Amino acid sequence: MQPLIELTGVNFGYGAFNVLEDIDLHLHPGQFVGLVGPSGAGKTSLLKLVLDLLTPGEGRIERVRSNLRVTYVPQIETVDWSFPVTAEEVVLMGLDHRQNIWPWPRRSERERARAILDQLEIGQLAERHIRDLSGGQQQRVFLARALVAEPEILVLDEPTTGVDVRSAENIFHWLTHLNQDGMTILLTTHDLNMAAAHVPWVVCLNRRIMAQGPPQEIFTESILEDAYKGEFIVIRQNDMIFVQQKPHPHGLSEVLPDPVEGGLPNHDSREKSAKPDPALKES
Amino acid sequence: MDVLFAPFQYEFFRNGAIAAVLVGGLCAMIGVYIVLRGMSFIGHGLSHAVFGGAVVAFILQFNFYVGAVSWGFVAALLINQTVRKTTISADAAIGVVTTASFALGVALISRYRRFSQSFDAALFGNVLGVTPTDIAVIVFVTLAATFMLFFFYKQLLFTTFNSEVAQVYGIPTFWIETWFALILAGVIIAAVQIMGVTMIGAALVVPPITIRLLTDSFHRLIIYSTILGAVTGLIGMYLSFYVDVSSGASIVLLQSALFCVTLVYVSRVRSRSRLVPTPVYGPT
Repeated sequence: MQPLIELTGVNFGYGAFNVLEDIDLHLHPGQFVGLVGPSGAGKTSLLKLVLDLLTPGEGRIERVRSNLRVTYVPQIETVDWSFPVTAEEVVLMGLDHRQNIWPWPRRSERERARAILDQLEIGQLAERHIRDLSGGQQQRVFLARALVAEPEILVLDEPTTGVDVRSAENIFHWLTHLNQDGMTILLTTHDLNMAAAHVPWVVCLNRRIMAQGPPQEIFTESILEDAYKGEFIVIRQNDMIFVQQKPHPHGLSEVLPDPVEGGLPNHDSREKSAKPDPALKES
Repeated sequence: MDVLFAPFQYEFFRNGAIAAVLVGGLCAMIGVYIVLRGMSFIGHGLSHAVFGGAVVAFILQFNFYVGAVSWGFVAALLINQTVRKTTISADAAIGVVTTASFALGVALISRYRRFSQSFDAALFGNVLGVTPTDIAVIVFVTLAATFMLFFFYKQLLFTTFNSEVAQVYGIPTFWIETWFALILAGVIIAAVQIMGVTMIGAALVVPPITIRLLTDSFHRLIIYSTILGAVTGLIGMYLSFYVDVSSGASIVLLQSALFCVTLVYVSRVRSRSRLVPTPVYGPT
């Protein structure tokens, strides 16, 4: 099967500093690919190369068609939360604006946006300003914007950053659902356990591709330690994989300063110096 | 009623009032996008930049409007591209490009002192100098800006919200930003005669930030900012007429006073609403 997007021998850097080296990556129709790697590994740069937002220094990036529909859910930190738009207005941004030249949306467009918000269980929040939503709800609004465009490839940058465990689980659940319906998905994540549980194809990146394959093959101590330059524990139970970085070998006493004058007070000294607040006593 | 209608017996006031209403509304409408892009200083900077262009046009005996608009357009493009292609922030790019251009104007004025007098009006605004040609230019720029903002409303909204992501969704962000830079240069040139170079920045920024305090809706922000800009333009003209101060200063002072009143009102409303528990909406 011909890949939708194919990167061959791609190098990319900012100035003299090389961020990505010799990247070979094929994104086939219906694939669900997760990019993992430490901060600064080049994950977002690789996404932006796929999205045609950056140009490679060397190598080739080929798309199966020039009009390939690709949508993007950026990192939540890049969003201007004070911008005066409602959840529904954000979702409507995802529609093809060439089909409707008027500034206001058609009824069919609003219905489509509402249907997707309902599907993601935030339909009742459509009129709310984006700042007034929780992290998980905000993430779903941007997912809805990507979905309303009916993409062939959905690209997400850290979709679970800043959301609680339950919301993160829900987001991966929806993505799995979309992938089962045939959508091609490429995402980056720092959440190795979510990736191990939900992503069928994992690419381990640290400036170059260290390894790629199913999570059972990629989440091994040796590959992770090689990519992250740290020690990892990988536990396998039934079909589940749990990944945990080993804690720092030093005890806290070796890291914190001694409780001398001017230093941090230790627990005992805090207890001794604590006095009852007179205001509290009066009340 | 005489106070309201008496100034209209003078042609200069009629011309000035038409120009002030259009320029006030136009600046406020364009200003919404400027404020939301975090480029509030661009109006102030570009108005200085076109001053340099106007001086060059005068020396080279070009048409004033052609020279100044081209200069402002190039300056706006330079700022946009510097921000997009480098790590230089918007305020730094605006500072460099526009101050250099203004400095060129000042240098040329000090070299050719003979026409420095006529540039006082450009610096501080002079309603007495509004000619039918100026009004024609203002009407043309108002129509062009309204047309662009109407038919490219959604594209401009998405580009303003997040230019990089808009590009992924197929919005031609480069062309949208280029058109916007051209319209902005046109607006500044159209506003120079009424507002003056030194006051345009405030006319672009103050109405949108005043309305922004009152609404979280983008389309309401555009509509009400435009109305506020137009109304304060007209009232500012009356103030200018009766108090005998420059038109640009009276409009900006009025807008600033309204901003202060709104800020106090909103702060008081918010401090009261803090006592009411915040509702929780749906599942997180």
